[in-house]
Amino acid sequence: MKIAVCIKRVPDTETRIRIGGDGASIDESGVKFVVNPYDEFAIEEALQRKEKAGGGEVVAIALGPDAAQETIRGALAMGADRGVLLKADKVPADALAVARALAAELKDGGWDLVLFGKLAVDDYNHGVGPMTAELLGLPCVTAVVKLELEGGRGVAEREVEGGMEVVEFALPAVLTADKGLNTPRYPALKGIMAAKKKPIEIKPAALGEARVAVTTLALPADRKAGRIVGEGPDAVGELVRLLRTEAKVL
Amino acid sequence: MAPRFEGVDFYDVGSLLSEEERAVRDTVRQWVDDRLAPVINRHYVEGTFPRELVPEMAELGFFGANLPEEYGCAGLNNVAYGLIMQELERGDSGVRSFASVQGALVMYPIHAFGSEEQRKRWLPKMAAGEVIGCFGLTEPDYGSNPGGMITTAKETKDGWVLNGAKMWITNGSTAQVAIVWAKTGALGDAGGIRGFIVPTDTPGFSAKDQKGKLSLRASDTSELVLQDVKVGKDALLPGSKGLKSPLSCLTQARYGIAWGALGAAMGCYDEALRYAKQRVMFGKPIAAFQLQQQRLAEMLTEITKGQLLVLQLGRLKDQGKATPQRVSLAKRNNVNVACDVAREARRLLGANGILVEYTAMRHLANLESVYTYEGTHDMHTLILGEEITGISAFE
Amino acid sequence: MANVLAVTEQRDGALRKSSREVVWAARQLADAMGGAVDALVLGGPGVDAAGAKLGEAGADRVLVAEDAAFARYAPDGYAATVAAVAKAGSYGAVLAAATAAGKDLAPRVAARLDAPLGTDVTGVAFAGGKVAATRPVYAGKAVQQLRFDAPLAVISVRPNTFAPGSAGKPGTASKVPAVLESRVTVREVKAAEQGKLDVAEASVVVSGGRGLRGPEHFALIESLAKAFGGAVGASRAVVDAGWRPHAEQVGQTGKTVSPQLYVAVGISGAIQHLAGMRTAKVIVAINKDKDAPIFQLADYGIVGDLFEIVPKLTEEVAKARAG
Repeated sequence: MKIAVCIKRVPDTETRIRIGGDGASIDESGVKFVVNPYDEFAIEEALQRKEKAGGGEVVAIALGPDAAQETIRGALAMGADRGVLLKADKVPADALAVARALAAELKDGGWDLVLFGKLAVDDYNHGVGPMTAELLGLPCVTAVVKLELEGGRGVAEREVEGGMEVVEFALPAVLTADKGLNTPRYPALKGIMAAKKKPIEIKPAALGEARVAVTTLALPADRKAGRIVGEGPDAVGELVRLLRTEAKVL
Repeated sequence: MAPRFEGVDFYDVGSLLSEEERAVRDTVRQWVDDRLAPVINRHYVEGTFPRELVPEMAELGFFGANLPEEYGCAGLNNVAYGLIMQELERGDSGVRSFASVQGALVMYPIHAFGSEEQRKRWLPKMAAGEVIGCFGLTEPDYGSNPGGMITTAKETKDGWVLNGAKMWITNGSTAQVAIVWAKTGALGDAGGIRGFIVPTDTPGFSAKDQKGKLSLRASDTSELVLQDVKVGKDALLPGSKGLKSPLSCLTQARYGIAWGALGAAMGCYDEALRYAKQRVMFGKPIAAFQLQQQRLAEMLTEITKGQLLVLQLGRLKDQGKATPQRVSLAKRNNVNVACDVAREARRLLGANGILVEYTAMRHLANLESVYTYEGTHDMHTLILGEEITGISAFE
Repeated sequence: MANVLAVTEQRDGALRKSSREVVWAARQLADAMGGAVDALVLGGPGVDAAGAKLGEAGADRVLVAEDAAFARYAPDGYAATVAAVAKAGSYGAVLAAATAAGKDLAPRVAARLDAPLGTDVTGVAFAGGKVAATRPVYAGKAVQQLRFDAPLAVISVRPNTFAPGSAGKPGTASKVPAVLESRVTVREVKAAEQGKLDVAEASVVVSGGRGLRGPEHFALIESLAKAFGGAVGASRAVVDAGWRPHAEQVGQTGKTVSPQLYVAVGISGAIQHLAGMRTAKVIVAINKDKDAPIFQLADYGIVGDLFEIVPKLTEEVAKARAG
């Protein structure tokens, strides 16, 4: 099976966010960057599908600055066969521009599957995966938590309000992975060493025009300070009164 | 749920590591948080080794990680190996001891002193965690003085017969294989000490767990008894010759311990700091009080020094320049530092510090063993003393 | 003058609550742009009835795309239909709700229209001739202002954020063709427990954490949620422990919710959990540890044993709502 996994280098979710000098991006000093956690489900799925198929190739593709090579090596350490870096000094806020660059790379690649994480934990756009699918004219299911593939066809499940949507499609297809699809493996230490020897091709990212501008990035307004209403069940009456008269939510 | 450990790195030692070394550290760090931390308290209290984690540790390549890839090992450099030990011991010293024994005291001697056939036969299985080993050097009456051992190996027509007893043997009761050091010549002749690969199911071999431990409880520590244990000629580690053979294995383990101890210290410091910032007393967090700040500052200072110490030692080791004395200095210092850090962290935690829910007291108790084993603190003092002055003060 | 297309969402022939919010948000934007609001309703035969009240929510026109194939969300058909309607009119923005379907639909529509996308926004505006949006990023740790440099932008709006008012617009209905395409087919929707309100839709969420000590005690949370007429949520710890399903998980790797009221019971307030609920209008915390981080975010807190507090609170809330 030939599988492409599109991954993103993002700040670790534990990072304390500080606004950078330009007022429109984060201050990256001291920030630890990792593979987008949702992309790990995609990488794991790709590796499992290749293993189940008894062979093939898993290619990790990232769009980002030079430092994203380290992110790609993380995927290689997990077991991906080779990597591609679409180099861009800054990842644009315009998901369609990113999708354009990825679609240009993926076109004519003969992929059986193109996998993404359902969203990136920095921008929360939920966009690049399905947009890339549209540009490639491929079937797409987003936020997949369960996947079955058999003879060139697939059935995926995704969480919707009140239940699970069951979606059928034919391969090749684009899927975006959600938590619960699988349990991503740790990179074996041997894998970390092997990753050094696997090739990463570097090309410029064909982004085209980015038409979403971040005009400002700011810390959220502080909530008004709250208060402890009281201790134990005796405080319940007062809480209910406040919810009713002050907060007006009851 | 405990927050993820983000490391303690005041002097940006991380920037002195290669990308692979960081990746190795981060993999083990995450594994410890996800897989070891949730189960270690129960195992420690119950006095059991978390054997269920061995297959995963093996799969990830934790055993014999600095041995060559051709034997199924990860082929990492010594700094990466040290980082594995550092992160494992942040989890628990007993679990790190398991890895130290398997890698440095069982796989290492087979690699260093064994025949190619022995290497091929044992190493891949040990890397895969399918065969667990133990290291039989210490005896009930011969700890700091291993040269005085009385376990003997008498050559016969078909091989060897071993007689004796060993004590304080990590993994002893669960190992399939024991590397037993025994005297082949006169009892007064330490030069006749050689190493033997002894399958633990050989008739005459028995192992029994030592009970009543208040330290390293999540580790199997056993007595070994060898009563007319017959092994074939192929059991001998042909390259082993004299006391320096087992001692060189200890040097490997001690190197890992110098890193490991720091891991425990880093864990204790991190826990103490988080606690101090959120524990409120007299209307403010205890981190606001001078005495607690002093504790934390001392801890961080010693940890930082220790980190730079072992990093340089690791680089030296990769150049083949990590002499036993250089390793002694690091083991002695870092373990002592860790004991102090754990104790001070325990004290900062107040009453909560005696609960197993907090790691400090478990580390404190474990580190007392680490202070004593692999060469006691005092023994390393004399090793350094002899190296510096040229005069032995052992006897 | 540019209009705004508001894509609504129906389930079993009835419009979901988020639809009125989308139309209202579209109304705000259209007024700023000096344009009209067209609400688009996609569904099976008879769904036009669902669109009847959309004038009240602010729609000048209601466009109905009816087809048996549209009874359930059909990703490609819906995307193709929305794109066709958008191309046929002069729209400056296409809005949808950032529900499971909306988050799936909006990027597809944006790609088909070669338009920029804004996802899960909490504010829309029109400034300097361009559509702008406000949205949380980095798990709610920061807030972004976006500007769309294109004649049309596709935007999904966060549910429970644009509280619909009353606008009294005509909402004149007309039919538009349903464009049928299917690269994927939604075969069925396996319903979760009957009558269970989804945590992302409810205006009150009562969440339980490890303080509940065991899955059997979650009945307390369920009772309190029921008393409030709300949904049950869960922290990651209890979902990972298998006590509650992932669909209830609130937090960074679960759902982000923005209810009117969020009650956190036995939850310490790890940053990943806060990321999922910090935009709730009112937050109440119940925890036995007065130093628990959740109290720093909560508007109101009670310190004490939840096993004593929650039953009492359930009783008082039920009384208050009945009375």
